[in-house]
Amino acid sequence: MDFGFKLSPSSAVNLDTVDRRRYDRLVQLEPDALTCIGCGSCSATCTAAPWSGMSVRKVILGLQRGRDDEVDAMLSRCMLCGKCTMVCPRGINTRHLILTLCRLDKNGEAVR
Amino acid sequence: MVNRTPVIAVIGAGIAGLEAARQLAALGYEPVLIEKAPVAGGHVAEWNRLFPDMTPASEVIRPLLEQTSGIRTCLDTEIASINRLKDGFNLVLSDGSSLICQAVLFATGFHLFDASKKEEYGYGIYDRVITNRDLEQWFNTRHDPRVDHPKAVGFVHCVGSRDIKAGNAQCSKVCCITAIKQAIEIKEEFPDAEVYCFYMDLRLFGKKYEDFYIKAQRDYGIHFIRGRVSEVGEAIDGRVVVKAEDTLSGKPVRVTLDLLVLMAGIVCNPDAQHYAREIGATVDEDGFLKSRNNLAAITESSRPGVFFAGACTGAKTVPETLAEARSAALAIHQYLSKRG
Ligand SMILES: Cc1cc2nc3c(=O)[nH]c(=O)nc-3n(C[C@H](O)[C@H](O)[C@H](O)COP(=O)(O)OP(=O)(O)OC[C@H]3O[C@@H](n4cnc5c(N)ncnc54)[C@H](O)[C@@H]3O)c2cc1C
Ligand code: SF4
Ligand code: SF4
Ligand code: SF4
Repeated sequence: MDFGFKLSPSSAVNLDTVDRRRYDRLVQLEPDALTCIGCGSCSATCTAAPWSGMSVRKVILGLQRGRDDEVDAMLSRCMLCGKCTMVCPRGINTRHLILTLCRLDKNGEAVR
Repeated sequence: MVNRTPVIAVIGAGIAGLEAARQLAALGYEPVLIEKAPVAGGHVAEWNRLFPDMTPASEVIRPLLEQTSGIRTCLDTEIASINRLKDGFNLVLSDGSSLICQAVLFATGFHLFDASKKEEYGYGIYDRVITNRDLEQWFNTRHDPRVDHPKAVGFVHCVGSRDIKAGNAQCSKVCCITAIKQAIEIKEEFPDAEVYCFYMDLRLFGKKYEDFYIKAQRDYGIHFIRGRVSEVGEAIDGRVVVKAEDTLSGKPVRVTLDLLVLMAGIVCNPDAQHYAREIGATVDEDGFLKSRNNLAAITESSRPGVFFAGACTGAKTVPETLAEARSAALAIHQYLSKRG
């Protein structure tokens, strides 16, 4: 039935129920991802960011908060140029992290 | 015969007072320690292990107490009044005696912010909410029914600090690193627990502090969420529900916890203000004692013969406090030498 309005879904993150399986698997394979400080250097330098919204910072954060859909949309924009890796102050191999992540489905299982 | 050794009243026998008294005695003066608590050692005597090397606090306190055992120490003693004399000061103590001295050193330290004043965090209302001090005590005694094999633990940074409404605009400086230290200790104790730190900024300024942070992230998987906890409620099973904004993603977050630790901040000691005013020294806008010069003369007040050491002028770490205590002893030595 159409009431002429609809409820907007809540954007709140409930950490009690959040599904972090893909993140947990990622940090097993790429432990450096744990040390991200959310500084945004990667996004600031990213060649794809200005047109596509790609951001390694947001990818890592999105995984921690169980926002898999947002993460996949961003990953598909990456050109694997590797600029982000050059600027990360924690020395995270972000390009490699993106490649590893592309091989994990949302349950953290290897897909290819 | 008149005793010509100059006497220095050291108010407060925390680590600042003890270290300064030890140095003054070594320089040939007669320090007298006045401590209102029944034991010496101040706040550090309440802590369990100290950042950044996890040194037991007793390893700092014990040698200080041993090396000051020959110094006159009045425990359980408060100051009834202080007067300035022509060339010194007269302190009337709570036991009725009076002490004539040539210089006064304030080593009166800080107060821990009373966390129950931030009602929205529920300290004293909910059973699962404790403070940084309570947790140190639990590490010492292992007795606290509120700490019962928690599976999810949160740390709230900046409780009563950086909070103009709570009357404290200043940063307490030691609580970011203390939260990280305690979060690691909780993880060591309860490896299966999820641990969250809710911070506004992480201020990890000191030697090895950033390494501690990296360790907390990489080796212990502690979750850092940038956002100030706005409210805490109690769930039907007695656990606490915490709400904050994850400001990095711009989304509200909520989480249910078995234990919430409030990082109560370092605030001024009102006693110190009272005595300082009585003796003619100045109190700063933040309520701490005001140094003559914050760069070059941090241990000197604007009143000749009155000196400061340690957390009475603002938040300090242990090494900073000890260094200041030594520096204050030298400043007193110079002052007394000049007077002849
Ligand atoms: C939760 C917490 C954990 C910390 N952990 C660490 C750590 O791991 N490592 C580190 O480097 N630093 C740590 N610190 C900082 C450390 O506690 C301070 O550096 C230290 O306590 C300062 O010593 P102080 O002697 O100046 O003051 P205090 O320790 O406050 O001592 C002041 C003394 O003066 C006495 N006094 C006060 N007023 C009067 C009066 N009117 N008359 C007589 N006596 C009086 C008090 O009873 C007390 O004994 C921590 C702080 C907090 C809050
Ligand atoms: S590798 Fe991808 S994320 Fe990194 S800068 Fe290049 S396009 Fe951006
Ligand atoms: S540059 Fe590195 S530390 Fe900074 S946000 Fe990107 S991945 Fe994280
Ligand atoms: S040290 Fe950290 S927790 Fe403490 S008041 Fe400063 S910013 Fe807040």
